[in-house]
Amino acid sequence: MTVKDLIQALELKVFSGEQGLENEIQGGYTSDLLSDVMGHCNQNDVWVTLQTHRNIMAIASLRDLAAIVIVKDLEPEPEAINKSNQENIPILGTALGAFEISGKIYELLKKKV
Amino acid sequence: MTFTYEIEGGNFSRAGTASSDIKKALKQLDLDYTIIKRVVVSLYEAEVNIVAHARRGTLTADIDPDRIVMVLDDQGPGIPDIDAAMTAGFSTASSRVREMGFGAGMGLPNIKKNADSLNIQSTVGVGTRLEIVVNF
Repeated sequence: MTVKDLIQALELKVFSGEQGLENEIQGGYTSDLLSDVMGHCNQNDVWVTLQTHRNIMAIASLRDLAAIVIVKDLEPEPEAINKSNQENIPILGTALGAFEISGKIYELLKKKV
Repeated sequence: MTFTYEIEGGNFSRAGTASSDIKKALKQLDLDYTIIKRVVVSLYEAEVNIVAHARRGTLTADIDPDRIVMVLDDQGPGIPDIDAAMTAGFSTASSRVREMGFGAGMGLPNIKKNADSLNIQSTVGVGTRLEIVVNF
């Protein structure tokens, strides 16, 4: 499943990183602790978080994530948006909380396997 | 190949710069992804530790044919009890740092888990030196 497929299926907002919409998603990780994500996510995961600052992009880029989904209608900081555009890793948004959106993403990914 | 970086305490917007450059260099070497991941995770945590706790620091990374040696030297508060600092969940990070999602007490344990060797020397009130080795 690509990031674009995910956006269409779950009506996600695209904040940035449009060049990465064809990135392939192979799994997901939900956490707001950066070291937890750094240490435990997998390459090509979509990451669900409420963090909005620039360091989320450092994690996403260093660990080769497919995209980030920011929950609860929060918005990424401008520095995060710039880095997302440079790295072609999309930052997406949803009004839902982490529990609900993670459940929906999990269901979608499970169907694709 | 040797890389040297200055790391500025408190400047979170620069955290991860060195890790990103080292990752690019390692990708040229056609290494297994798991090796690159282990270097990147341990180096990023060490960088963030300096940003979160110290006034300033330097990183020297030596990339040899069979391993990478990363030495991070900082001028900062030092670690009074290294065993405690190595314990998962133990943290002395400020509330500002914690709000950003850092400071969960996972940094040094993450480094230990991903490195082939980790050596910590610290003097309270002076600074801390980490030597991290990952074999290729």
